Amino acid sequence: MAELTIRQAIQRGLEEALQNDPNVFIMGEDIGKYGGAYAVTSGFLEKYGPKRIKDTPISEATFIGAGVGAAAAGLRPVIEIMSISFSLVAFDQIVNMAANLRYMSGGQIKVPMVIRAPTGAGAQLAATHSQSFETWLAEVPGIKCVAPSTPADALGLLRSALSDGNTVIFAEPAQMYGVKGDVPDGRFTVPIGKASVQRSGGDVTLVSYGHGMRVLHSAAEDLAKRGIEAEVVDLRSLSPLDMDTIVASVHKTNRALTLDMARRTGGIMAEVAARLQEAASDWLDGPVARVGAEDVPWPYNRELEQEALPRVEDVLASLKKSYGI
Amino acid sequence: MNTRAAKAKPKAHVNGANDKQEFLELYRQMCLIRQFEEACGEQYSRGNIRGFLHLYIGQEAIAAGVMRSLRAEDYVVTHYRDHGHALARGLDTNRVMAELFGRATGLSKGKGGSMHIFDAAKGFMGGHAIVGGQLPLAAGLALACQYKGTGGIAVVFFGDGAVNQGVFHETMNLAAIWDLPLLFFLENNLYGMGTAAERTRAGGVDIYPIAGSYGIEAAMIDGMDVLAVREATGEAVKKIRAGEGPKFIEAKTYRFHGHSMADPARYRDHAELDYWLSRDPLKSFPKMMLDRELATAEELAVVRKSADDEVASAVKFSLESPPPAKSELFTDVYA
Ligand SMILES: Cc1ncc(C[n+]2csc(CCOP(=O)(O)OP(=O)(O)O)c2C)c(N)n1
Ligand SMILES: [Mg+2]
Repeated sequence: MAELTIRQAIQRGLEEALQNDPNVFIMGEDIGKYGGAYAVTSGFLEKYGPKRIKDTPISEATFIGAGVGAAAAGLRPVIEIMSISFSLVAFDQIVNMAANLRYMSGGQIKVPMVIRAPTGAGAQLAATHSQSFETWLAEVPGIKCVAPSTPADALGLLRSALSDGNTVIFAEPAQMYGVKGDVPDGRFTVPIGKASVQRSGGDVTLVSYGHGMRVLHSAAEDLAKRGIEAEVVDLRSLSPLDMDTIVASVHKTNRALTLDMARRTGGIMAEVAARLQEAASDWLDGPVARVGAEDVPWPYNRELEQEALPRVEDVLASLKKSYGI
Repeated sequence: MNTRAAKAKPKAHVNGANDKQEFLELYRQMCLIRQFEEACGEQYSRGNIRGFLHLYIGQEAIAAGVMRSLRAEDYVVTHYRDHGHALARGLDTNRVMAELFGRATGLSKGKGGSMHIFDAAKGFMGGHAIVGGQLPLAAGLALACQYKGTGGIAVVFFGDGAVNQGVFHETMNLAAIWDLPLLFFLENNLYGMGTAAERTRAGGVDIYPIAGSYGIEAAMIDGMDVLAVREATGEAVKKIRAGEGPKFIEAKTYRFHGHSMADPARYRDHAELDYWLSRDPLKSFPKMMLDRELATAEELAVVRKSADDEVASAVKFSLESPPPAKSELFTDVYA
């Protein structure tokens, strides 16, 4: 067991892959000489050289598309997008190439690739730089989408992503790179498509991912003071979704709340809530409580941004409304 | 070390004392921008400005030199390193600063921040933070000028990093085939964030030859020389107004600080930085004025003082301004 930050856990996963698989290479803007906008690949260029660590021009559509081509020809590219907000300019390549190629080619073409990107609001970066497009990408069949909130999950999921046969979007909560946690020794993996129960409790199921987990854990503490035991579930994998874990929890608690730190409308948690409604309505004591960011572009001003972001109070108020607790 | 601009020939012509007021005005604008940016850096370290902040220090001669050729009916579009363009275009210093402070009195009511400065009434159409994203917008503004026959033009500023985005090429092509009244103004400060242009640009750090392949006339100038900037822009704008279609100017320049406040700029060597610091337009331009007896030391000091005062009162104005009301979160989303 070692204590690592999320950043260090990702570094470890990337380094292992570079060392163990000669077909792995990393590319992205400022990942080499500069060491990465969030310092994830710091020192990599010196250690692994420019063939494996490729600084790219600011041409997201092209280097992601080139990643698809390289993957189709047997390499295993790992791409860093400086912020998931910048993935928009490459959506065509991600959706029409990375995601659709296998199907359109009747299974002939495979695109095993990892696209890493920091995501999320909360740093006053305003409308263009604070978005959470993993929730859009999670809807696209043919690619997978994961988002760790702990160092152990970051490493375990990255290992799985790096051995998956598909393109995996690896969304890293931008405000959580420094979060520390225990990481088991050895080559453990975290399977893609499996949620994790981070805290058990029998009274209410709280579900989120990424930055949302911090809010849920605080809410769970508050609830515990009132004798209400919350079960806190981290989706970890937005696509495929693990409804079994969530439904099993609801069978126990009869209450559910979903939290999306991205905009509430059309987010991945809307899908979770809808599926809960299909799969567990008989078990629920009331409508699934839903909390998400306000449906507005992200503002710069700090108070407005905080107002747009879901808070612990919003979680508690929503539970009160749905379940009277 | 990259000292490309040394090879660009200074083009400035000085026409004696007639130019005195004009030169003092150019100097005032450059001082205002420099002082504004220094104050931003300080206010950032105090936590009054947050998020991403990109300073324009070193590049002042460009914003100041370009805007002199523009008219009220023209449009200006730029990227996130936008304070200098905003001030040179004549946006209210108080309201630009207040936007950086996130206050209700800011140009965008505190919703846009440093990277997203707008003043539509002055034809200042942003402040855009997705690299290259502003280029098509500028084409559309130019199209509107052409369509309505306003006689106006659009100027779009962008960096050496932005030329690697597809929209840059697509916009040049569109502007060329439609003869749009659009001035492409490339501020080549030799780096896109931590990456030297020579490492990401096939064909070397001179970018203007690309324009030729779209049939767009292009010039390369010394962006540290405000008169060269003014002159080249004046010529290009004249041709654009005459209906000759888009033009392209590349100005070699340098940002003296890191890309943003988060960047200590360790990827540049001292000799390179020193070379560019020695070409600081805020030193060379007043020196030229003194040498040619176009201004006295006292006159220059008065200009500097007025810029300092203007910035100091903008900081005061911003500190005293209220934050936006919470209800502003939901306004301006739809018409
Ligand atoms: C599409 C996109 N990719 C990446 C970024 C991150 N980014 C912001 S500025 C920048 C460098 C741009 O350099 P340049 O165009 O030369 O302008 P400069 O900052 O030098 O003025 C990068 C990579 C972004 N904002 N948008
Ligand atoms: Mg640049």
